[in-house]
Amino acid sequence: MLAGVLGALLFLTVVTVITGSTYLWGMDLAIAMVIATIKATLVATIFMHLRWDKSFHAFAFIGSVLFVGVFLAYTLTDTGQYQNDIRKYSADRAASSPFAQPLPAPIAGHHGDHAEDGHSDDENHDHDGDGHADH
Amino acid sequence: MTTASADGHGHGDGHHDHPKHLAHHFDTLEQQFESSKLGMWSFLLTEVLFFSGLFVVYATLRANNPEIFSFASNFLNTSLGAINTVVLLISSFTAAMAVRNAQLGETSKLKMNLIITLLCAFGFMGIKYMEYSHKYHSGLLFPGKANAEFAEGETSASLFHPTHPMVPHAGHHDADYLMLKEYTDHMSPAERVHTMETLGRFFGIYFFLTGLHGVHVIIGIIVITWLLKRASTGEFGPDNFTAIDLGALYWHLVDLVWIFLFPLLYLIA
Repeated sequence: MLAGVLGALLFLTVVTVITGSTYLWGMDLAIAMVIATIKATLVATIFMHLRWDKSFHAFAFIGSVLFVGVFLAYTLTDTGQYQNDIRKYSADRAASSPFAQPLPAPIAGHHGDHAEDGHSDDENHDHDGDGHADH
Repeated sequence: MTTASADGHGHGDGHHDHPKHLAHHFDTLEQQFESSKLGMWSFLLTEVLFFSGLFVVYATLRANNPEIFSFASNFLNTSLGAINTVVLLISSFTAAMAVRNAQLGETSKLKMNLIITLLCAFGFMGIKYMEYSHKYHSGLLFPGKANAEFAEGETSASLFHPTHPMVPHAGHHDADYLMLKEYTDHMSPAERVHTMETLGRFFGIYFFLTGLHGVHVIIGIIVITWLLKRASTGEFGPDNFTAIDLGALYWHLVDLVWIFLFPLLYLIA
């Protein structure tokens, strides 16, 4: 029983990786969420014993998920009306932002030995060039 | 059993006229078990609500910037994410098996399943470390403070910093940067500013979601280690498996959160 559920979960993981990397006429998110919900249901009902447990536990758990749905739905219904303000905020500061110009090319020159690429030295902090775009 | 509280002084012989694992304030083992379980489920539903705030932030950002989110997921390594999903699913299975072992009093199998669960948890964090360190070196970090002070020529560690964005050295962790440059080169200034700001927010929510989940994994490691220590005394059996049951419930919740995080972050087509 438990091994069968593990098999189903692994199978669904493969399915979601495949569908996630394929164009599905804009239905990608919906399909990914349906698969994730099936996986979550398997874990909750079998691994977490909700199928045999007191129904109140399932009621409470599903209740919390429903309230997350309410939270999501209410937030998403009015988020659209602030987007113009956010865009305008970005646009207003565009002149002073380094991103108003195309990103500069990576800093040329020899930085350390490339043979040790992937080493964990703090190369992010010790720029001595002025490669960043300060206008 | 009603006399149990009367001779509460000293743990003499008369004290043990109730099942070994029954606390005094419960009437029966059954009642004690159900109370613990109700408490655990109450905790789990607060955990769902705890994570929900971050999921709502994610949904809001994505709903308004779908194409930027689609681009951003290119920076995440799908293979590592998928491996971590498999690792967590296997650990969830062994945790469920551990509950079964405890119920049947199979101590050695119980210990084995707890150890596998623990190894998977460490494996998950190891892969997480690889992902995080790659992002750190590439500058794929949350933007940081706009008014932070920088010395002359110094930059932030983040590509998305609003005033001092990092620029990598050629040939040194610059693959992600070049992809980003190509994507933004043809944009209008306002569009580029908006895109870079939104990408910064994407990595902000990425690190908060996976980071909060990672903290849960670390807590899970502590809990499972404690369970393993108790299991090695052979104390778990048919009339005493509550701790294993509740520990496994917590671990399954960690798995549940990841089941949603993986497609939402790594698999945006």
